[in-house]
Amino acid sequence: MIPVASETAAKVTPAQQAPVEQAHAALRGITRVYHTQGRSLHALGPVDLSLARGEFFSVVGPSGCGKSTLLDILAGLNPPQTGTADFEGKPILGVPDGVGVVFQEDACFPWLNVRDNVAFGLRRAGVEPTEIKRRVDYAIGFMGLKDFAASYPAQLSGGMRQRVCIARTLVLQPRLIMLDEPFGALDQQTRLIMGDELLRLWRETSATILLITHALDEAAMLSDRVGVMSTRPGTFIDIIETGWDRNRDSRVVSTPHFGGITARLWEKLRVEALKMMSTSELRSP
Amino acid sequence: MRRFGGTAVVILACIAIWQSLYLYVGDSALASPLQTVEKLSALLRNGDFWSHVSETGRAFVLALSIAVLGGISLGVVLGLGRMAGDVAEPILVTLYSIPKIVLYPLILLCFGLGMSAKVAFGVMHGLIPIALFSMNAIRQMKPVYRRTSRVLRLTTLQTALTVIVPAILPEIISGVRLGFSLTLLGVLIGEMFASQRGLGFLLTSAINLGQIDTIMAIALLLTVFAIACNALMMMFDRHLTHQSR
Amino acid sequence: MRSEAVLRFGIVALLVAAVEILCWLHIIPVDVMIAPTQMAAELIKILVSGEYSADIISSIANVLISTVLSVMLGFVAGLIIYSAPSLRAALEPLLASYYAVPTFIFYPVFISLFGVGSGAIIAIAVLLAIVSMITATLNGLDRIPRVLRKTGRIYRMSRIKTAVMIELPSAAPYLFTGIKLSVAYSFIGVIASEFILSGSGIGYAIAYAYNNFENRHMYALMLLIILLVTGVNTLLNGIDRRLQSQRHR
Repeated sequence: MIPVASETAAKVTPAQQAPVEQAHAALRGITRVYHTQGRSLHALGPVDLSLARGEFFSVVGPSGCGKSTLLDILAGLNPPQTGTADFEGKPILGVPDGVGVVFQEDACFPWLNVRDNVAFGLRRAGVEPTEIKRRVDYAIGFMGLKDFAASYPAQLSGGMRQRVCIARTLVLQPRLIMLDEPFGALDQQTRLIMGDELLRLWRETSATILLITHALDEAAMLSDRVGVMSTRPGTFIDIIETGWDRNRDSRVVSTPHFGGITARLWEKLRVEALKMMSTSELRSP
Repeated sequence: MRRFGGTAVVILACIAIWQSLYLYVGDSALASPLQTVEKLSALLRNGDFWSHVSETGRAFVLALSIAVLGGISLGVVLGLGRMAGDVAEPILVTLYSIPKIVLYPLILLCFGLGMSAKVAFGVMHGLIPIALFSMNAIRQMKPVYRRTSRVLRLTTLQTALTVIVPAILPEIISGVRLGFSLTLLGVLIGEMFASQRGLGFLLTSAINLGQIDTIMAIALLLTVFAIACNALMMMFDRHLTHQSR
Repeated sequence: MRSEAVLRFGIVALLVAAVEILCWLHIIPVDVMIAPTQMAAELIKILVSGEYSADIISSIANVLISTVLSVMLGFVAGLIIYSAPSLRAALEPLLASYYAVPTFIFYPVFISLFGVGSGAIIAIAVLLAIVSMITATLNGLDRIPRVLRKTGRIYRMSRIKTAVMIELPSAAPYLFTGIKLSVAYSFIGVIASEFILSGSGIGYAIAYAYNNFENRHMYALMLLIILLVTGVNTLLNGIDRRLQSQRHR
């Protein structure tokens, strides 16, 4: 029996933002402008976002709309020009404790094997060796990497390498996990499977998850809420509540409710995507 | 080992060409492979020869250390500052393209004759390629490694030692490999012009006395040494990077 | 891009000015090095008087001949090696070690073989330069994406047409790197040989001036070589950059 929301919730509803005081992470009035070679690029904003503790939130939008910049700001990698960014009630200055990030590019260190890659962050943080072993063994087992613990990233497929990166983030027991198009380089079928993995991870750790993706079906399938971003400068033009049950998996793709969500998402995104394609500049020389 | 079968054939072919060239040109111009090997073993049994070898060796080790440390430091510093690297690279490349032999008189006038001139020659040949390779290594490093170290909240020192160094090491080794040979070349040339001791000096005397077999024996020794060290470094490189290539 | 060039020019100018000042203050003694402005003045004098013109022309001619020879022979050799994988496998370790050997130690051998004269000089320079052209050719041919050749076959192009209209342009940037290196090595090979064992050419002229304590002439000629190298490099880099910008962002 495929877990879906009840029939009364079959209509997709625009979501409310969680009140700031209870939010796990909150952005208010965030903008980001880049200045290069005498031109300024208004990359993002203004953006308001409240993430409730333990929710799964996806951000979809056309290329270049500033999704990655949003993640950078939330992770403390980049300061915003205006507005406030808070995590667990405190302003974000630098990378906060309790935040984990999985990047789009393959970030496995090629000179370390899987086990050493996963243990890397813990070792640098000075965690006890016995505790390191425990957590690393658990993460490797959880991500299905047990047979590959001694292999090097060069010997693994793209999907496996992303699992290693996720495991490396997992062992730090983050309370907020952000993923920037982590499955972008993978084929569709692998992506669906990895999506299930991500849901499993989410349920196990009860962490808050922010997923950046360009794939609507991925966002629709995995999230509690989906934020749709406009073209640059990116702002949220819609936030949709999916109403899925916590025990969902990729099989929801065959339900009508899923179709409704993706339809709603595409209705908004199509306009933005067309806008982006018609105004995109030639890549500069 | 089967891999080297083809290479062994080529080496044998080279020896064959050498021999036929000798038969064609005669004793005044070349020494045969056999004569060369005989002369070399005679030299190797001569204690005096070894003192020349150690003289060259000392100068070489010193020059190489300076070239490696200086080159890597310079390269890393230039590579980290984006603008600095772009500005400096053509200057370094042009400096490198100047036939260094042209600057020899200047070095000799600055350093006089002796060990310091030899070391200066060696450093002059080897430093820039190592710097260029190191600079390139930093610039080619995947930006995601730096971002990962920030997200893992590493200190600057930890980032430098546990992320940046391993990431750029393979490229740096390529640079050191090239710098090794060039520094050796520089030291030998220095000895030819500015010293009374060392293999370079032996070469010059042999040239002046027309002792072809000595010239070729020393050339053979240097060739074998250079190729052996090069092969060792390539093996080290492959061991370090078999995980990443 | 422009600001870099300006900054670079500024740094070089600053260094030259510093050396100039050190010379005028006699911190750098006159018998070690003369001031850059004096070098330039002396260079103009000897260029005008033409006393070294024959040497200059001879050197430049030798460099040109070596470059052309090493590029053409290197390219052809590269093609041959590329098309014979077993030969390539056998040669590859040796090619990688080629520049590890201080080849100049064979100069005396070449004198014995070729005698003193342009022949020996060009031979040594070509032997120095040819391997970089071979390596660059192999590299360039390696990097032709397979899909481009397939495209040629879909268009039913003949082998020659594919080679000239698809493969050559695709490999061009890497081949050009080989040409750049060949020029550099030919230059080094020619000048170095002239310095050590010739009777004519800029290299020989510098050695002669050094041995006869004619510092002014020596430095003027050294300046000439620096200017030549810088000029040729800048030109080739400009072409290289244009080729690269086609390919990359």
